Amino acid sequence: MFLTDLSLAYPEVILGVAALVLVVWGAFQGKSTAVFNGAAILALIVAAVVALTGPHGRAFHGGLIADAMSGFSKAFIYGFSAVAILLSDRWMARRGEAKFELAILVVLAALGMGVMVSAGDLISLYMGIELHSLALYVLAAFRRDDGKGSEAGLKYFVLGALSSGLLLYGASLIYGFAGSTQFPAIAEAVRNGADGGVLFGLVFLICGIAFKVSAAPFHMWTPDVYEGAPTPVVGFFAAAPKLAAMVLLARVLTEAFGTAVHQWQQVIVIIALLSIFVGAFAGLAQRNLKRLWAYSSIANIGYALLGLAAGGEAGTQSMLLFMILYMVDVTGFFACLCALERYGRPMETLDDMAGLVKERPGLALAITAFSLSALGLPPFAGFWAKFYVFKAAIGGGLIWPTVLGLLGSVVAAVYYLRLLRKMWFDAAPGPTDVPPLTARWIALICALFSFPVVLPALHWLEGLAQAAAAALA
Amino acid sequence: MIGLTHYLTLAAILFTIGVFGIFVNRKNIIVILMSIELILLAVNINLVSFSVFLHDVVGQIYAMFVLTVAAAEAAVGLAILVTFFRNRGDIAVDDASVMKG
Repeated sequence: MFLTDLSLAYPEVILGVAALVLVVWGAFQGKSTAVFNGAAILALIVAAVVALTGPHGRAFHGGLIADAMSGFSKAFIYGFSAVAILLSDRWMARRGEAKFELAILVVLAALGMGVMVSAGDLISLYMGIELHSLALYVLAAFRRDDGKGSEAGLKYFVLGALSSGLLLYGASLIYGFAGSTQFPAIAEAVRNGADGGVLFGLVFLICGIAFKVSAAPFHMWTPDVYEGAPTPVVGFFAAAPKLAAMVLLARVLTEAFGTAVHQWQQVIVIIALLSIFVGAFAGLAQRNLKRLWAYSSIANIGYALLGLAAGGEAGTQSMLLFMILYMVDVTGFFACLCALERYGRPMETLDDMAGLVKERPGLALAITAFSLSALGLPPFAGFWAKFYVFKAAIGGGLIWPTVLGLLGSVVAAVYYLRLLRKMWFDAAPGPTDVPPLTARWIALICALFSFPVVLPALHWLEGLAQAAAAALA
Repeated sequence: MIGLTHYLTLAAILFTIGVFGIFVNRKNIIVILMSIELILLAVNINLVSFSVFLHDVVGQIYAMFVLTVAAAEAAVGLAILVTFFRNRGDIAVDDASVMKG
């Protein structure tokens, strides 16, 4: 019995054991982190393969679920975590700050995210969220001699802990008024619509998760944390944890509150539209690219939430596709930022990017692809992502939110185009340093995915996302 | 006779004090850590009282998990606070404002 339960949790077991082994190994090894990071990446890849191919079912009294949804999300989460380790290795080494703890923290965060997407009751939901958050707080403050870094970590910690508190308060109310922490039992209790106490708890729970995905009005930590945290770590923050929290939200809303769609739909639509507009308008005032991309990520989470609000299988599928395409984009963009330096200083503001097309044509082309994709211009990946979301939203009867979402993306186009104008038409202030190979390769692969690889890949991703979404309903 | 409502009210009051402690407090970051503990303990009162009134032990198990995580969270929070103090030499809330906008 215990062994069959354990076989469903193999990805978690692998990562947990790997993290412990790496801690001990790290304490005894020398200065170089290359082999060490390689081992962490290997563990993540093995866990991803096991998650994709492993058996499906419910384990530990329904606390852990292994299904098509969890396998799909875990494969991408572990994959993007591995990319984050690869990216930070050279970046940290260039600054003489390569430390072995980074890989361990990323592995632990990936473990927590895996628990989040597999959570089948409120206890494992909370444990997963806390495990990944605690690792992320430390990662944000990883450069401990950097004033901005520790401030970012502190802000992230305070607001993250507050959001965990909100989420937990909601979970306690749901437990009390529905009588159980397990999602199927909660679904049974709210079969005829959620009553006051449960609904109150659900709103708190949604607020807590909205903090984690940085949706407005709970987004205030995002720009500061993105600006202060190390660039490769920000690339990690912007991708995998967002997917994990969105999948968790989808699972809670469909498995536990699937019958109360009309009660949570408005809340999600309002949060989605607020995020789209806050991301679009506040982004206009930003000069720092990391802050700019923070607002861009707020707006993009708004679109993902809009897809989720559409409800049903189509809604969840569109949210998954949107998140995957967006994650590739954002990882590629931060890989470019990791690669770009001038006289040993990172190029992080809009003015630094002036004339980049003459200095580094490859990276400038890649940034152009990512910006056009984030803008939603066909035939780039971002267009298809938004296409699926809007199609699902219209299918779910959300006509007005869709129109407003389109308007928001027109406003956001201004800042993407401004970045492109700077890069292509202004004069460069000086030569840039030679970029490290790994960051260049990651940027290239992501740019190629954004166009044209996305077109054939989409067919395959669509089927996978549909199978994953079907597992929830 | 003390009923479930009394416990829930107490927890709600403690929770509100905790949330206000984070937003209204303008002096010291340690106070924010205390407020976070207060929020988590308010939730624990909720969980344990529900557990007793539902005759269901899961709520108490949940409370044990929350206590453990609260300890880990305080450890991580204090560690980050120490690095912040090393860089700034102060832990006033108003100091944490290099980044804005």
